[in-house]
Amino acid sequence: MAESAGHAAVDVASAMVTAPIAPLDAIIVAPTLITLLFGSVLLMARKRPETQAPLGIAGLLFLTAATAGILARVVTGGPLTMTMGSWLPPFGITFAVDALGASFAFVSSVVALVVGVFASRGLRRVESRYGFYPFLLLMMTGVCNAFLTGDIFNLYVWFEVMLIASFGLIVLGNSKEQLDGAVRYAVLNLLAAAFFLTATGYLYGALGTLNMAEIAIKLREGVPGMPINTITALYILGFGMKAAAFPVAFWLPASYHTPSPSAGAVFAGLLTKVGAYALLRTLIMLMPSEEALYDTFLTALAIGTMLLGSLGAMAHSDFRRILGYLVISGIGVILAGLAIGTAEGLSGGIFYAFHSMIVMSALYLASGLVGQLGGSQDLRKLGGLYGASPLLAGLTLTLVFSVSALPPFSGFWAKILVTEAAMVDGRWWLAGIVLGTGLLNALASGRAFTQIFWRGGPVGTPDGAEKSVPGEIAREDRAVLFGSLGALTLLSLVIGLWPSPLMRLAEAGAAGLLDPTLYIRAVFGGAS
Amino acid sequence: MEGPLALLVGCFFASAVYLMLSDSLIRILLGVTILSNAVNLLIFTAGRIVKEVPPIIPEEAMVPPFATANPLPQALILTAIVISFSFFAFLLVLVFRAYQGLGTDKTGKMHMAEEPGDPVPPRGY
Repeated sequence: MAESAGHAAVDVASAMVTAPIAPLDAIIVAPTLITLLFGSVLLMARKRPETQAPLGIAGLLFLTAATAGILARVVTGGPLTMTMGSWLPPFGITFAVDALGASFAFVSSVVALVVGVFASRGLRRVESRYGFYPFLLLMMTGVCNAFLTGDIFNLYVWFEVMLIASFGLIVLGNSKEQLDGAVRYAVLNLLAAAFFLTATGYLYGALGTLNMAEIAIKLREGVPGMPINTITALYILGFGMKAAAFPVAFWLPASYHTPSPSAGAVFAGLLTKVGAYALLRTLIMLMPSEEALYDTFLTALAIGTMLLGSLGAMAHSDFRRILGYLVISGIGVILAGLAIGTAEGLSGGIFYAFHSMIVMSALYLASGLVGQLGGSQDLRKLGGLYGASPLLAGLTLTLVFSVSALPPFSGFWAKILVTEAAMVDGRWWLAGIVLGTGLLNALASGRAFTQIFWRGGPVGTPDGAEKSVPGEIAREDRAVLFGSLGALTLLSLVIGLWPSPLMRLAEAGAAGLLDPTLYIRAVFGGAS
Repeated sequence: MEGPLALLVGCFFASAVYLMLSDSLIRILLGVTILSNAVNLLIFTAGRIVKEVPPIIPEEAMVPPFATANPLPQALILTAIVISFSFFAFLLVLVFRAYQGLGTDKTGKMHMAEEPGDPVPPRGY
């Protein structure tokens, strides 16, 4: 820091990065540039609906390519960093990405791409006219950069970018239901962001730095007299609200079923996972000693979240609200991995996050098609959709298996990892609850499946009496809608059958959290 | 100076919580605004607060001779103010639109998204 230099001559060169950055390493800012550029161009072209889908999908394709490049670079060459304005960290704002951030960014841009393709045919006119794609692209700016930033105040800024774009997405369509859901969503998420900012303010006051790598160093050395318990508690509260952890999860099932299926899919897949990622980053990498202190509390949180999600899914009769509770249940499994805190537990939680991103988005897309075919989301009014579309029934059944963690789908391996880690750690009851909620999820989603697809018609219709369903999916839309839903389903199956690449990524991510030496060295590359 | 400011921040937080516990949307909105101001003041207090010390470095020295205010928290607050102000503007429009659409600003009466007394799911076919 400047003060420690005293009156000795200050060499400005030692505060600047003088070595030029490798040209390929500049890819770390590519997601920001691509999403902002395409987002603003799409916003300008909002009055020309025919340009929206092609441009939006092109932007998401570039984004996926960029995050794939970052992931490849991180896997081969270790953590990647870039500091703005050549000022050395902690003076300059740092972008820093390790295996965890890169893989989260990659999976989320793949999900966003598929949802973007689905939305090209699945949107009502009013939604495409008022800018689904600009909001989606700008939301991806926030989501990707939250995974890529190495500065905790910047994390807050990207959270807010993501939030304001998601506010736009949730009210798109302007129905009364959406306004009501948006009010709950907006107020509670703003509150969570305020807690996050409060904690960051305290952290800056105590440590004098916002750079994550330097925070990790300073907190590992220990700073006497700093209100670390307050800060950790505020972070858990703020990120827990964002991730929809028990007992601050009730805004999610109250709002996620109101927007269009495409918006609901990106919300369910991406937004809660950003909260989970931030919890992993702050609790495990920044303040490992506090994670041990809050161990029991986090375990209780994980159990509460899993049970709330599964029991809530059992108790509801609206398909999309059931899915909302299943999202919460999945967050519980990620939190269980976080609470276990060992390398195995963390990699299980991270793997589950990847699985949940893909499968929950796919289920929300499926719910959109169910709504289009059956004209409702209410289990009592639906029925007989198998006759209308065996393909949709097959895809949904696959996803139902996956969300209940049955082999050979992606959820299976994630739950195996978390369960095994819990047993190795001596928490057999936590393992029991992870498996038990899997059974409850199977019951809830299986019941929804039978009542939507197998039953002849709405409640009371005898079996075998196939009734005509009210809606239909236009022939020219079918390829795109089923193709994108099928792509996510296939992805879940591929991960289930060949889990080792993603599992290695999750393990690398967990290892990077537990021992951030490489991350810190990458950030302070020029300085130390 | 930190003491009175800390008290003020405490008052802000308390009144924000009080307002947000209300069932009227407009009060909740005011609570959210006061909360974000409370957080901004908190960060401001975390930077050194000194009275009328110009951050000027004498010619022969390399660092200021006495403690000056830390400019970084002020930069952080500036960002936070811009963000919270834009969010307040959005919320204001959203709440007004919700009031128009739903005909009430009482949270207890807004049940479009979550029907009260939702019947239990069907137990059989």
